[in-house]
Amino acid sequence: MLESEYQEQNRFFLNMGPQHPSTHGVLLIVLEMEGEYVLDPQPVLGFIHRMHEKMGESRPCQGFMPNTARMDYVCALPYNHGYVSLIERKAGIEVPKRAEYIRVITSELNRVASHLLWLGAYLLDLGAFTPILYGFDDREHILDILERITGSRLTYCYYRFGGVYKDVDDKFIEATRAFIKRMRKRYVIYEKLVTKNIIFIKRAENIGIVSPDMALRYGMTGPNLRGSGIAYDVRKNEPYSVYPEFDFEIPVGEQGDCLDRYMVRVQEIEQSLRIIEQALDRLPDGPVRSKVKKNIKLTPGDCNFAVEAARGELSYYLVGDGTSTPYRLKVRVPSYSNLSCLPELGRGILLPDLVSILGSFDLVIPEMDR
Amino acid sequence: METISILPPELIRMVIAVIIIISFLFLNAIMMGYAERKIAGHVQRRPGPMEVGSHGILQMIVDGVKLVGKELLIPFNVDRTLFRVAPLLSFTPVILPLLVIPFSEKLQARDLNLGLIFIVTMGSVNVMALLVGGWGSNNKYSMFGAMRAVAQSIAYEIPILLSLLAVVLMCNTFSLKEIVAAQQNIWFVFLQPVAFLIYVVAGLAETNRNPFDLPEAESELTAGFHTEYSGMGFSLFFIGEYTNMFIVASVATVLFLGGWHGPHLPYGEYLGVVWFFLKVYLLLFLMIMVRWTYPRVRFDQLLNFAWKYLVPFSLVNLLITAVLVKL
Amino acid sequence: MKQYFSELYTGGKSLVEGLGVTMKALFSPIVTVQYPREEIDITPNYRGHIDLILDTGKNTYLCISCGMCEKSCPSDCIKVKGKKMEGEKKKSLVLFDLDFTKCSLCGTCVEVCPKDALEYSQEYNLAAFTKEAFHFDILKRLEERRI
Repeated sequence: MLESEYQEQNRFFLNMGPQHPSTHGVLLIVLEMEGEYVLDPQPVLGFIHRMHEKMGESRPCQGFMPNTARMDYVCALPYNHGYVSLIERKAGIEVPKRAEYIRVITSELNRVASHLLWLGAYLLDLGAFTPILYGFDDREHILDILERITGSRLTYCYYRFGGVYKDVDDKFIEATRAFIKRMRKRYVIYEKLVTKNIIFIKRAENIGIVSPDMALRYGMTGPNLRGSGIAYDVRKNEPYSVYPEFDFEIPVGEQGDCLDRYMVRVQEIEQSLRIIEQALDRLPDGPVRSKVKKNIKLTPGDCNFAVEAARGELSYYLVGDGTSTPYRLKVRVPSYSNLSCLPELGRGILLPDLVSILGSFDLVIPEMDR
Repeated sequence: METISILPPELIRMVIAVIIIISFLFLNAIMMGYAERKIAGHVQRRPGPMEVGSHGILQMIVDGVKLVGKELLIPFNVDRTLFRVAPLLSFTPVILPLLVIPFSEKLQARDLNLGLIFIVTMGSVNVMALLVGGWGSNNKYSMFGAMRAVAQSIAYEIPILLSLLAVVLMCNTFSLKEIVAAQQNIWFVFLQPVAFLIYVVAGLAETNRNPFDLPEAESELTAGFHTEYSGMGFSLFFIGEYTNMFIVASVATVLFLGGWHGPHLPYGEYLGVVWFFLKVYLLLFLMIMVRWTYPRVRFDQLLNFAWKYLVPFSLVNLLITAVLVKL
Repeated sequence: MKQYFSELYTGGKSLVEGLGVTMKALFSPIVTVQYPREEIDITPNYRGHIDLILDTGKNTYLCISCGMCEKSCPSDCIKVKGKKMEGEKKKSLVLFDLDFTKCSLCGTCVEVCPKDALEYSQEYNLAAFTKEAFHFDILKRLEERRI
């Protein structure tokens, strides 16, 4: 028997997903394998496509607001933020300062919640059951805080064109400060249970190394890009809202392995808390919503707005045609680009490593499929 | 009465012992299942099962009834014989080691002079059940699980044997009863701490418990070798796993923790069983805690750990023991 | 060789520390709520499905059946019909339906209402076996609250 024939016989296909515990949703990855080694992983998308962009093009721009939260339900507020800012830029709506501060505070809280959920889910992929419930414990406090002002727990629809839906009160500020204090105390638990754990380090270190060049080629953004050592953050590089007023750092990794991506996210939690703290200190008084016409006319021409969501750069692109319904709406989501390097990254690695890489990318499938 | 007197007394003794052991086996699985869920709950700051009975104490019984009541599903295209045989094969060999374990000075079904070897032999049969189940299921995930189980058990049987051998060298017998008797004054865990540690770690791997639960790694292989099993087939695997844990813990107790020895109790030759069970369940508690704390190791890391750390350490330990015993 | 032993030491230490965390958690109080037995108070700002506000003075709704909510709803889940009764100046409601299966709780209808006649309900225990159970008759719900 020829060598090549022998190899052909030993190869087989394994369908990982759409109902696999570690694809976090309905993602199918077709793996060509030889033994436990993955030769060619091919992601197959489209199982949860809901035509969000088309929905945005078929109704007045206010009507798309609830949809934005349904794309990435783990970190919905930055999605709200991007869309309202886009329309505000397009229609030239002024936003009161206090509203911008509230937007930043709630967005950052949501980012922390998203990172906490990711931390637990990643550890779940690696086989540890307990960290996700500690993560949920902390996340629940954020959800309670956000529920008090937004009225919902997961798919928020809190921002409005020209402001936010409801003003925050002293109790909110108090609760947020208490949460920051609590969260800082909890670091030590995560550090002992996860970050320093030798089994975790062995599972994440030197696995799935994304070189800076590769990260740029595939258009990766967010913590995945920063894990590769490129300090690109929309909040710093293309500042929006009131982010330039805050003092925070962009944590970067060194070599772009799973451990670096993990460390970047863990450090980002602390940076987000810093932003929230500063914003709470300087929270200005004033109205939280400016007067906006009920019927917003989108002038002809295109417009773009990018924000930093928990998973990376989220950018909305809109073409108006003079009516209040967008002519074209395109959402550039981070997870899609982050996933697209998987076929190159996953060549010749073990199946458990593939699971580790997938987990470290922090994918949200409904965001990819939209 | 006459029919009974015809039977040899030894046979009656064995039948009674087997009946007790099998019923204990189910009881142990129920208790362990409940303990596992309850401890897991409290580790994760939630109460665990609470609904059925006071503090969910009847939960496992209800679950057992549900599993027994389920249809025996045989998926399309499986090897029917192997698929049916595998759960039985996982369940049967775990009864036999319990026959030679001295629960107390007089509570032992049969004292074999090769008791330890008998236990280790029976422990290896369990792996065959996983292989048969994984192979027979005709599912790629099951197959992965089965292959992993075999490689893992080959790697970890060696350190187990070597660490047990150190104890055997010290008391010059394979009989478990005599090993326990030799610990009258000092438990072997104090004389052989390295062997004890190696045995516990390797025992975790031998019973496929986290962090070495690769054959059923659910985030990678959905459920590993028992992906296709449901109902009674699944529960036999489940009981087999918990009994295996019990055996590993009781062997550790017998060889290292002084078996039935403990502060004096009335009717000590029978009630030593209290101390025995206390030690066994403490070890099992530790195993449960480990499961709910650590992530899973990768497959090659698991083998590396066995060959690079456990085997050399146990060999060195054995050598030192041999030299010291000879002196 | 040195690395071999140091890795064993740091690794072993980290594992023991991890076990310490879970061991401590084992004896800490639980943080979850046994839901059907105990319930957490819901925030007054909770946004459930919409309800008509009962004007206690007039003992009726404030709605003028202008249909703004129906028009503004992005999911087309509200149906409003008003009819001019004989001898009355205003239109009175004959139908106010909410198809909750489609509603995304965005709150546009509440904000767009010129008379502020809508509010969010506090109900969250919503589960049913049929789709039809989620077609709420908001007007009937108001009648039930009427004194």
